[in-house]
Amino acid sequence: MKLRYLANISGKLLMALLFIITALMLFIFLGSIFSRGIGVISWSFISETPRSGMTEGGIFPAIVGTFWLTLLSILIALPLGIFCAIYLFCYGKPMWFVNMVRLAINTLAGVPSIIYGLFGMAVFVNMFSLDVSLISGALTLSVLALPLIINTTEEALQSVPADFTEASIALGAQKSTTIIRVVLPSALPNILTGVIISIGRVAGETAPIMFTAATFYSRKLPNSLSDEVMALPYHIFALVTEGSKATQQVPIAYGSALVLLFLVLGVSSIAIAIRYHMRRNKQW
Amino acid sequence: MQVREKAFVGITHTAALFSLAAVFGIIFSVFREGIPLFCTISIGDFIFGSAWYPTHAETPQFGVLYLLIGSLLVTLGALMIAVPLGLGSAIFISEIATPRLKEIAKPIVELLAAIPSVVYGLFGMMVLAPFVRELINLNTGLNLFSTSIILGLMVLPIISSMSEDALANVPKQLREASLALGATSWETIAKVVVPAARRGIVGSVLQGFGRAIGETMVVLMVAGGSAQIPKSIFDSIRPLTSTIAAEMGETVIGDLHYRVLFAIAGLLFIITFVINLVADLVFLKRKVK
Repeated sequence: MKLRYLANISGKLLMALLFIITALMLFIFLGSIFSRGIGVISWSFISETPRSGMTEGGIFPAIVGTFWLTLLSILIALPLGIFCAIYLFCYGKPMWFVNMVRLAINTLAGVPSIIYGLFGMAVFVNMFSLDVSLISGALTLSVLALPLIINTTEEALQSVPADFTEASIALGAQKSTTIIRVVLPSALPNILTGVIISIGRVAGETAPIMFTAATFYSRKLPNSLSDEVMALPYHIFALVTEGSKATQQVPIAYGSALVLLFLVLGVSSIAIAIRYHMRRNKQW
Repeated sequence: MQVREKAFVGITHTAALFSLAAVFGIIFSVFREGIPLFCTISIGDFIFGSAWYPTHAETPQFGVLYLLIGSLLVTLGALMIAVPLGLGSAIFISEIATPRLKEIAKPIVELLAAIPSVVYGLFGMMVLAPFVRELINLNTGLNLFSTSIILGLMVLPIISSMSEDALANVPKQLREASLALGATSWETIAKVVVPAARRGIVGSVLQGFGRAIGETMVVLMVAGGSAQIPKSIFDSIRPLTSTIAAEMGETVIGDLHYRVLFAIAGLLFIITFVINLVADLVFLKRKVK
């Protein structure tokens, strides 16, 4: 009897310990990036262009590049993703086609990011002759964002009570009207949360833009869709793997990493806050 | 009005077609660039060849066996970290923590999933690797051991959140029946709840496997990059993904080196596709609506 009591306590303690180790690893991770990066960050670090072959100056072009890459890719993926989710959830016929689309989405979600990079390079950069450019990178990232947006949108649509749809149909509204006027507005906050999560994910990707959009060094900001861009994640990678002045480059890499973390985690916490707020004010 | 309805249906169909087109585009582009390689070397030499000298002037060799082994080893290493920690966290969050603790614990694990891979890579390369090197007195900390830890940390949230879903889906009655029979709460967890959720848990581990084997930036920055079979966990390795990322920039479009990197991507695609398919169909059984 005593042994069972002991096993009960120690088993649960072990699980708690495993969680504590996980949390500890996260804190060590965040703490070391933060402590090494915070000293570098200043207004000029964020607002200036790099100087002296990447060893001085700021990371403004990389922030701008990441902003455009993320914005464009989400703008491309959003309508496609939402309509695809509407098709899957609201129409869903014929069955064989739905199954194929679902298989496709699951496959897309599991494709390693480097393969997206090669795909973008082969198709957008070379086949469509878009070269290494903002638009090639944005198109590549939009394909990566597509399954994320489809999945979250479909979940959002599922969370809309069937009563809403039925009430609308009963009032004589057509299916498309029902979807546009009733289902989508009710699902909008959840869709928004999903989109914000996708933004965080897309902004942090490196491998897909390595061969499609990113350049190590650019003094000017992107002027057009066909310009190469700097991007925060690639900038971090390049700073620690290229160039010869490690002692000067590494601190900049930490600073950039901290900025990227702020952006990504900031964006994610907005999503979490929206979700939390919604759960409280849920009207149905 | 009928026209509007039809147009709307048409738009949604087209959007669905786009996601199909995206997958076919990926398959088509990767295999179209990779398959011509096999006019020059055989598939057997590609997969089972152990010599990776893609840039050798006279006799370049394109055997990916050691790279494949590197990928598998680092994936297994990552799972050895991620499975106990991830599953333990999932059990803790789902079964043990009080509701208030759960509200804090869950975002902590979710936070791990939100961190970009290149930042994990930076940490592994600049913080963990020097630490490991000093600690065990090695030539380099960029090795299988360090990579496994970082990659494990990355895969952990996938395993944890999916396992947690699986645990949460175990019917309440099972728990109550077990407790009513006099089992302690730990016995209920270990002998009733976890076994009942095992499909989902195995599925989550498979998804973690798929994610780990396809991860690029961490292995590129932390694994060290020598194409060999490691003799110990403190040897450096070179997985498939980092080979593609590191070498693609040096190739000329259409040459053998370029083709072999696409062939590696094709191999990776097949591996992850099969793993994810098995995870989905066998273990996760997507709910039919």
